[in-house]
Amino acid sequence: MLKDITLGQFFPGDTIAHRLDPRTKLLMVTLYIVALFQAKGWVSYGILTVVTLSCMRVSHISLKNIFKGLKPMIFIISLTALLNIFYTDGTPIVPGWIITWEGIARAIQMVLRIVLLITGTFLLTYTTSPIALTDGLEILLGPLKKLKLPIHEMTIMMSMALRFIPTLIEETDKIMSAQKARGADFETGSLMDRARALLPVLVPLFVSAFRRADELAIAMESRCYHGGEGRTRMKQLTMAGRDYIALLFGMLLLAGMIYLKRLGI
Amino acid sequence: MSIIKFENVHFTYPGDQMESLCGVDLEIQAGSFVAVLGHNGSGKSTLAKHMNGILVPNEGRVLVKDIDSADESRLIELRRKVGMVFQNPDNQIVANVVEDDVAFAPENLGIEPKEIRRRVDEALKLVGMYELRRHAPHLLSGGQKQRVAIAGVIAMEPEIIVLDEPTAMLDPLGREEVISTVTRLCRDKGMTVVLITHHMDECVGADRLIVMSNGNIAADGKPAEVFADMELMEREGLTVPETTRLLYDLKQRGMDVPLTALDVDSCAREIVRQLRG
Repeated sequence: MLKDITLGQFFPGDTIAHRLDPRTKLLMVTLYIVALFQAKGWVSYGILTVVTLSCMRVSHISLKNIFKGLKPMIFIISLTALLNIFYTDGTPIVPGWIITWEGIARAIQMVLRIVLLITGTFLLTYTTSPIALTDGLEILLGPLKKLKLPIHEMTIMMSMALRFIPTLIEETDKIMSAQKARGADFETGSLMDRARALLPVLVPLFVSAFRRADELAIAMESRCYHGGEGRTRMKQLTMAGRDYIALLFGMLLLAGMIYLKRLGI
Repeated sequence: MSIIKFENVHFTYPGDQMESLCGVDLEIQAGSFVAVLGHNGSGKSTLAKHMNGILVPNEGRVLVKDIDSADESRLIELRRKVGMVFQNPDNQIVANVVEDDVAFAPENLGIEPKEIRRRVDEALKLVGMYELRRHAPHLLSGGQKQRVAIAGVIAMEPEIIVLDEPTAMLDPLGREEVISTVTRLCRDKGMTVVLITHHMDECVGADRLIVMSNGNIAADGKPAEVFADMELMEREGLTVPETTRLLYDLKQRGMDVPLTALDVDSCAREIVRQLRG
């Protein structure tokens, strides 16, 4: 059952979106988010929706996958919609009501904004492997190393964490089986009961995770790991023509949104 | 020519009363296959960890070629010469893809990407994992994982490879894979191999067998000679190969057989010779 957890939600594929350099995709998502926050009127939202839908089309990500990802966000989305409906001044739909036409319009735009925001980031994680993502991140944030920020350490921690997720899941499964064999019950009882039943699983899991971390550190040092300084990479990331075209497209989108914002549509 | 030299090495783990190594003197010849045998707590793992500077002696010194393991300024140089493979393959694999893991050490050394690629491919071919280079390590078998770990060390191009109980967590098939890989590295590539183990049958193919006991070297010699000393082996709580056991029992009953026949064929030949004679 634990094996069903999808990691980083990456869907392997061979579309142009998958082949783009991770740095390009990270930058494009950033541009996209900024553009999204420039949107004021229906025209802007319309354009952004069309752009997002065509990106999904290109990367072979179906609406179903996006909806699956949106599910946990339903509460926040509905709360935003409700607040906007009730707390926006304007002309009431029925005289005397608190609900206004402006409120409804605002609520729809807000919901659209959140949904587009999440969809955009999903497109990134769905088409980029976690390792490519951390590699891209390390290079993009590289200049911040000059400010003494531990960028290399942060990215290597991220990739180690990703590396050990399957190992630790396997271990959790083993511990739970061992506990079940001795009569532990994880499935019945109230929420509190079940949470309490998990404690005897978590303790050995943590102990072993610490032991693993210790051994891993020794093994890494034995293989001459001494921080990011002077480190090279076997797989160099390279920007191809399509990356520059994609970036240009992202910048055009942002410029267009800023222009439309001035027009107020 | 000796490549590793222990000079009167004493070591106590912080907080321990007992010394884990009590004055070990040892020289290991370049290009040889040395097995170190001993029961738990005999100090064999501690010995291994001194070879690449993970542990540093409290007294005495360890020399690898001309590098003193206590010299921190030459630690990277030392670790590049002495590759280390550990017991649990899961805890020494750092990447999500086999070939990325093998590239880890050369990447740390700041080697050119093209040269890393060459080393990675060569190392993977040497351990017979080239076909699985794009696989995720957690989907491999134990023996395969351990071979990836060995490849990860070979990619540094070390002169010595120290394996600290590499087969303790493997099934018989995985053990066989690892031991034959290691033997090939020594015989074909001329690498010095130090194999720490508690399986006596893994020592049979070695040039030299060292038995550790309570932080001391209890026996040191060719595997056949060391096994022949049954009293010592029994005192150390170590089992000997079944052939040696048989010859020993026959000798106890008055048959004049040498105890140095390790494989089944030569053992049988010796017995036949005695029966005819």
